[in-house]
Amino acid sequence: MTPEDIKQPENLVCTKPRLLNDTHMHYCGGCSHGVVHRLVAEVLDEMNQADNVIGIAPVGCAVFAYKYIDIDWIEAAHGRAPAVATAASRLNPSRLVFTYQGDGDLAAIGTAETIHAANRGENITIIFINNAIYGMTGGQMAPTTLEGMRTSTTPYGRRVDLNGYPLTITPILASLPGTCYVTRQAVHTPAAVAKTKRALRQAFENTLAKKGTSVVEIVGTCNSGWKMSPEKANNGMVDNMFAAYPPGDLKTPQD
Amino acid sequence: MPKIIGAVEINQERCKGCNLCVVACPTDVLALQHKEVNNRGYHFAYVVNPDSCIGCASCAAVCPDGCVTVYRKRIP
Amino acid sequence: MEKTEIKLMKGNEAIAHAAVRYGCDGYFGYPITPQSEILETLENLQPWDTTGMVVLQAESEVASINMVYGGAATGKAVMTSSSSPGISLMQEGISYIAAGELPCLIVNVMRGGPGLGTIHPSQADYFQAVKGGGHGDYHLIVLAPATVQEMADFVGLGFDLAFKYRTPAMILADGIVGQMMEKVVLPPFRKRRTEEEIATQCPWAVTGNPANRKPNVMTTLELDSEIMEVNNERFQATYRLIEQNAVRYEEYFTDDAEYLIVAFGSVARICLKAIEEAREKGIRIGLLRPITLWPFPTDRLEQLSKTIKGTLVVELNAGQMIEDVRLATHDRVPTYHFGRLGGIVPDPKEVYDAFISHFPQ
Repeated sequence: MTPEDIKQPENLVCTKPRLLNDTHMHYCGGCSHGVVHRLVAEVLDEMNQADNVIGIAPVGCAVFAYKYIDIDWIEAAHGRAPAVATAASRLNPSRLVFTYQGDGDLAAIGTAETIHAANRGENITIIFINNAIYGMTGGQMAPTTLEGMRTSTTPYGRRVDLNGYPLTITPILASLPGTCYVTRQAVHTPAAVAKTKRALRQAFENTLAKKGTSVVEIVGTCNSGWKMSPEKANNGMVDNMFAAYPPGDLKTPQD
Repeated sequence: MPKIIGAVEINQERCKGCNLCVVACPTDVLALQHKEVNNRGYHFAYVVNPDSCIGCASCAAVCPDGCVTVYRKRIP
Repeated sequence: MEKTEIKLMKGNEAIAHAAVRYGCDGYFGYPITPQSEILETLENLQPWDTTGMVVLQAESEVASINMVYGGAATGKAVMTSSSSPGISLMQEGISYIAAGELPCLIVNVMRGGPGLGTIHPSQADYFQAVKGGGHGDYHLIVLAPATVQEMADFVGLGFDLAFKYRTPAMILADGIVGQMMEKVVLPPFRKRRTEEEIATQCPWAVTGNPANRKPNVMTTLELDSEIMEVNNERFQATYRLIEQNAVRYEEYFTDDAEYLIVAFGSVARICLKAIEEAREKGIRIGLLRPITLWPFPTDRLEQLSKTIKGTLVVELNAGQMIEDVRLATHDRVPTYHFGRLGGIVPDPKEVYDAFISHFPQ
């Protein structure tokens, strides 16, 4: 049996999801954003939500998320996605509203909007990509940058006496009664990708069931910003990032 | 004994040659082109050992650009 | 036939009532003196139980205006209100809303600045309101109410203009008209638009249901300069259209006027008293009160400047609208400014004296 015999529709296991369009994504090769975009597209389609969803894009590397996933989007100002999502959700309560934000957007400039949206228990999903760096502007320190980590604005490594400590914001969000589900995942291995996909589905289901705010943090890599190959960035993430940001559920929904 | 065989297809023009699929493949089906590049100048991934594919889709799972299509067939 | 019901209330309260009655879909705001009664009145009215209007006290003015952006992007009639320092905080969001060609209503009940300033009335945000305010080339439609009745009426007018031209509208009130109580006839209740009406009337709206259309994306980002220039030219074309069609003003005693006072908002009422006093003494002064501060009644002022001897511009600021008056009149006649600062409101006598000091009779 040749590979051409196997490549029949009935044998298809997976391919680029329908909602992820053919536009070439601007992300660097190996960037975690691409994997998460694909998962969002897959889950929305599997949940039959393509015609019932509003995505809120951030400012940061994912600013162009709206170019790649074929759903209705609003591109928010830097850090304000949870405020935009709050209004979109409250005014359109039947819709599945989610934000897609990076660490600078969510945990620096948008900390207030993030915490208050979660504290109000807005029926939204917050997808939080934490790669400990500002990718789009060229690799500056993020609130989540690890101690000692070199960035273009901490060229000798982050010093807590100068720059403060890495901000672990998801445990703060998990402590708020408004959140129903807070989890931290990654997308560096096939198993991790499968878990992240389940987490996204869980979060979206919570949002549709109006259980409160769901937060899916995805510890990701920025191989360009970290100045590593994608493979080494994945290994570096496991060795360094997971110590500060260990994967796992921080809060699970109560039935 | 039933056997599972797989086949994988790479969208070479979409591929950015990040190598993550190559690393993820448990049976060394994939490799990056050493010399050849696609229209965007990337050394794209290609199927080097088609017969080893078990259709596990690990490559597709970690691909950041949705370049991989995987097929799997169970042969009784 | 609905009976005309006259009520006595503050300007701020009138805005809240008018918003519910207009069929406004959502209000997002943060308390700040002297306009907190707008949010308070809305929370008291509990419109979510009657019209379904959403009312939310946000964590900041920054969040409020971005909620307005989000709500407006979904095609809803949404609004916020604040006072000067809070409006300064909103400027980035207002720029996004203008760039997104989104309709919304923003109320600024001005207080004295700069800085934390004072809670007392002012008109010192004129420049900020009529010249754009945030970054980039844009304008807001700016309505300046002088009475509690206009506070109520301009809610509907502001929303209608905002939706007609797909641009944010602002009610630029001052602390006087926000706080004073007057008789008001509230507008009749209108139904909020249905999802179907929004989908038909606002085909651009991000409703989350692209089943029968391509996905809608609300973004203000465009990295291709050629396209961004085209976008800007489209904004400017809209502004020219607004300038041609949306100018509103009111005038008194201009038929035989030798002099003109130009004033907006509650100050125009003080000036009218001063003018009545002057006319008793035989001094023929007229009053032009711009109702839309942008678009400015440039053409009418130019016309008037051909028949008068001089103009006094009275504002609760150090001289802002006077620049637009001089541009309109081409400095054809002497133009002077009289203003009080820091939250002080002049009485008619002060205005009269200021006039006489510039134009001795």
